[in-house]
Parts: sequence; structure tokens; C-alpha cells
Amino acid sequence: MDEFLQFLFSGLTRGSIYALVGIGFAMIYNASHVINFAQGEFVMLGGMVTVYLALTAGIMPVVVAIPVAIAVTALVGLGLQKFAIEPAQSRPGGASVVTIIIITIGASIFVRGVVEVSLGKRDFVLPSFSGNEPIDVFGATLTPQSLWIFGVLAVVVTALKWFFDRTRLGKAMLATSHNRLAAQLVGIDVRTTLLVSFGVAAALGALAGVLTAPITLTRYDVGIMLGLKGFAAAILGGIGNPFGAVAGGLTLGIAEAMAGGYVSSAYQDAVAFVIILAVLFFRPTGLFGGPGVERV
Amino acid sequence: MKRWGFVRTGLAIAALAALALDGAAALAQQPIKIGAPLAITGPASFLGDPEAKTLRLYVDRINKAGGVLGRPLQVIIYDTGGDARQAVTFARRLIEEDKVDGIVGGTTTGETMAMVPLVEEARIPFISLAGASVIVEPVKKWVFKMPHSDRMAVQKIYGDMKKRGITNVAVIAGSGGFDQSCRKEAAAEAPKFGVKIVADETYAASDTDMTPQLTKIRSAPGVQAIVGCGFGAPTSLTVRNWKQLGMTNIPFYFNHGVAAKQFITGAQGAAEGVRLPAAALLVADQLPEGDRQRAVSIGYARAYKEAYNEDISTFGGHAFDGLHLYIDAVKRANSVDKAKVRDAIEQTKDFVGTDGIYNVTAADHLGLTLDSFKMVEIRNNDWNLIE
Repeated sequence: MDEFLQFLFSGLTRGSIYALVGIGFAMIYNASHVINFAQGEFVMLGGMVTVYLALTAGIMPVVVAIPVAIAVTALVGLGLQKFAIEPAQSRPGGASVVTIIIITIGASIFVRGVVEVSLGKRDFVLPSFSGNEPIDVFGATLTPQSLWIFGVLAVVVTALKWFFDRTRLGKAMLATSHNRLAAQLVGIDVRTTLLVSFGVAAALGALAGVLTAPITLTRYDVGIMLGLKGFAAAILGGIGNPFGAVAGGLTLGIAEAMAGGYVSSAYQDAVAFVIILAVLFFRPTGLFGGPGVERV
Repeated sequence: MKRWGFVRTGLAIAALAALALDGAAALAQQPIKIGAPLAITGPASFLGDPEAKTLRLYVDRINKAGGVLGRPLQVIIYDTGGDARQAVTFARRLIEEDKVDGIVGGTTTGETMAMVPLVEEARIPFISLAGASVIVEPVKKWVFKMPHSDRMAVQKIYGDMKKRGITNVAVIAGSGGFDQSCRKEAAAEAPKFGVKIVADETYAASDTDMTPQLTKIRSAPGVQAIVGCGFGAPTSLTVRNWKQLGMTNIPFYFNHGVAAKQFITGAQGAAEGVRLPAAALLVADQLPEGDRQRAVSIGYARAYKEAYNEDISTFGGHAFDGLHLYIDAVKRANSVDKAKVRDAIEQTKDFVGTDGIYNVTAADHLGLTLDSFKMVEIRNNDWNLIE
């Protein structure tokens, strides 16, 4: 029993991380039908900039460095949309979705390179927010940092729910995702909506990066794997649905941990990807994706 | 008029002579080229980075002191990112375009093994800085290696366990080449020391949580100690999870892949009590006065710290040993002829490096013995010699 619980905690922790990354993918897909492959880089930036400001350069305490790092990353997200994607889209005829995906890949390589050269190549450690003393729950143990991750994920999900249901901007974003032309015709500023979605996605990614850095250490290239897992979470949940991404992330994390615990630790990644293949095979729209994602 | 012609002829002759002299000087001054494909970035960067820094530092120092055989050294470093395919590409470039005289590099076992066929074919001395015993077993004519092998690490660990009366052991290893090679050695050597492996777990290089594996190890019947095989961030995370799960009553041994300060800082205090076999370099100032490795190790440690203001690791030490072993061979061969240098390396006797005292033979292209390996325990976030 306590073994199962330990696997579950492990799964929930990594699942929550995937979920936070996955939400970013879903937000941007929602607004623009683009899969933003620079999402993992936002995660990396959150952790790396915090570590740099608070520890390497030591110019500010961690509590200040975290919001600053999130703000910096959000600016990078806005910049990506404003200076790389928007110019491509506003050309006569506009760029195709594939072109824009390639732009995001280019941006991710660029960001990774800049960080590698400017902040360093080694692993960096961010201390845990509330110490490393494990908490005992029915014979299984949990680190305080895991609780931080669970808590922040809950807050983010609630805030997103409120954002999409109650705010004009959130509703505008939903409308844009359903029908961009129609949204434009009823007076929604599609450009601003897109810009906001990149900013929010980048900020959420950075938040995930800050939260995970104490657990996983951080390095200029952590974004690759986290981005991939977050993308898998978003796909599993039905891309374009932030809440689906959360469910997808948790499913993925728990599947990995259980596979590692009960089957074989050598195959845990494989098991996770088999689940994704199976879900996509039988339910191509993902666990929570609406029917008919066909676009013309 | 005639006088002017005479002057002109004289000038021309002088110019020609100068040119010829210049050419001769250039020939004598042509650098000895050493190629170094290293994993300066990527997951093995904390091995490759100090290696590159060490090579640069010492090539510079040697050149300031007059070079080797009256010729300056030139080191050509390429960053493989820890990728075996990149290592092959760079090895080819070093051999065919840069025309290097020897190769000191190959940070990881994977990179080294990928380069082996190329250097064997090109017939060029290759001194590897990677750990696994497969590099020199079976012996490959042109390939040598500096660090202790993982088999020696496992033997040292089992030897220490025997003293503590430990027989039931769990193994946890990464999925990389070095990790898996160590895992195989752990299984192969176990019967010789009366050790039984009761659990065998693996994690992927990108894993960030090893609690499932450790939970399984904890519930393995009669487990008395854990042997970790790996390097880099995952090893720090593994000992953190070990502490998180309250398993510190089960002694944790690691192989020499974690012999860098980053392991301790990454573990954030969880590495207390972890034991590992390591080169004497780590505990140089704790060595007894008469130890022959003491002076070499302390000298290197001081020079490195002075130049880079960074803690030393044994990996930089491998590069230090590799470079000097090559130079030593060049001096003895009195030439950079590849075959002559190779033969000279194979005849290395009593060469004192940071890793130990090398006695290379035709049958042993490593040349180290077990006693140059020290058992070290991490206490107060520092290395402590325990024997």
C-alpha cells in the first residue's frame, strides 16, 4: 500500500509539472492553431533566470527573482509573437501554420543558445522553497516542493477557469479559437488576443520552470525534454483544451511512475508513449478534445 | 650605374637568404597538434568542461616554458555535446583536415567507442578520458585510457563492503553507456566478492524522480547497500530521493562518475555519508606526506583553481594526465611520428599522474592498479579519505 502511494506521489509530482507545461501549449494552440515548440524554452528560462538573478549574480533575493524571471520570460513570449510570428503572418497571403511552427523551433534554438552562452552550460541548483525535510503520509514520503507544485497547479487551473469564463479577454480568446474570422468581424482584436496568449503561455511556462528547478536542477537544455512531455500532455488531453492538458499531464505522470514501479524502470518512458499512441489511435482528438478539429 | 646593379643583386640575395631562413624557422616552429573532441556542453558537460579548461591551461603553460622538442603545442578542441555521432565527425575532421599528431579526448565511453574504428584505421595515438573498461578490453593497438575503469571502481566498492560485512546489494544505474557498463561489471564481479545482487533498477538520463526505483529497492528482501552507476544531474537527484525516502540507513556507494563538487551541491546536503572510489586528486591534501601522487595532485589543483577560480574535479585530472602522458611519450620517442609515439606510450613506466602511477604495457593500455584508487566518504559536503 505505501509502495503504491509512493508511486502515486511520484506520478502526481511529475504529472503536475507536465500539466503546467502542457497548459502553455494548449493556450497558444487555442489562440493561433500553432504548436509552439519554444514552450520548453520558456520553462527553462523561468528556472535559469531565477537562478542567475538570485544566486549566480546575486542581485536580488529569490522571492523577488521569481516574479522578475516570470516577467522576463513573458516579455520573451510577447517578443516572439510580436517580432517573429506576427510579421510572418501579416505578409500578403500570410504564413502557413507549418511555417510558424518552424519559426517557433528556430526561436527555441536561438533562446537555448543565448542562455547557453550567457548563463553557462552546467547544472544549476535552486534551493527548495520550504526546505528538503520530507513529509510522511501513510508510510510514503513527499517533499514540500511537491506540495508547492500541486498548490500552484490548483491555483493556475482555478485562475484559468475564471479567466475563460468571466473576463472579456478570456472569452475573446475562446471566440478567436473557434472562428478567427467571425471573431474579427464582431470586433475582437485578434492581434492583441494572440499577443496575450503568448505572454500568458510564456509566464505559465516560466512558473513551471521555477517550481521544478529545486526538484530537477536546471540547465540550459532542460526545456527540450520538459517541452516534449508537456506537448505529449497537451496532445493526450486534446490539444487546445488547457484543462485537458492538466488531465493529460497527470495521466502521463502517473502512468510513468506506475510503469517504473510495477513494470520496469527501463521502460517507463516507453509505457508513457504507448499510452499516448493508444489514446490517439482510439480517440484521435485526445481525452477531452472536442470532435471535428478539421480545419480548412 | 654598375654600382647600383651590384647593390640590387646584393639586396636580392639577402632577401632570398632571409626567406630561406624564415622557412627553416617556420618548419622548426611548426606546432605539435593535439586534437581533443570533448563533451563541453550537454549532459556530460561537467566532465568535458574541466577537461577542456585543463588542456588549454597546460598547453599554454608548456608553450610559455618553451614547448616540447623545441616546438610549441597546439590543442584543437571541438565540442561534441556528448553526442557519439558528433564525436566521430570531429575525430574525422581532426585526422583529415587538421592533421593532428595525436588525440587526447573522448569524454564519455559512448564517444570514445564511436571514435575507436576511425583512429585504428588512421593509425593515430588516441588517449581516451572515459571510464568503461571496454575501451581497453580487448586491447586496441592505438587506444589508451587514463581514468580507472568501472571494473576497478566496482572491485573497490565491493572490497569496502566486505570489510563492513555487506553481502546483499541493490544496483541503480542510468541508461547511458558508462552507467550500463558499470552495471554489467557490478553483476560480473559480485560472485568473486560473495556479493548477491537483490535488486537491479535503471533510470533514463532525463529522469527527474527516482523514488519509484528506490521504493522498489527498499522493499527488496535483505538489501544492505546500494551501488549507484552514473554521473551528472540524475545522480544528485538519486541521493536526494534516497534521503527523502528515509533510506539513509542503507549505505549508498557510487562509482567514480560522481567525483565532482557538482554532485554534492546538486544533492543539497543529501549526499552526506555517500561513499565512492576516487582518484587521489580529490583528497590530495589529505594524502600522507610521502605519497608520490601528492605533489602532482596538489600542483594541478592549485594551478587550476588559480586560473579558473573553480573547484577541481577528477575529470580535469584525467585530461592533465592524458596530456602529460602524451608529451612524455613524445619526448621519449624524440619525435611526433605516430607509430613511434604509440610505442613510447605503450612503454610508459612509473609515470606519476593525478589518477595514479601508470605502468602501461602491451597487454594493459590503462596501466593503473587498484591501490591508486582511494575510498572517499562525503562528510560536511566535502571529500574525506577513509582509509
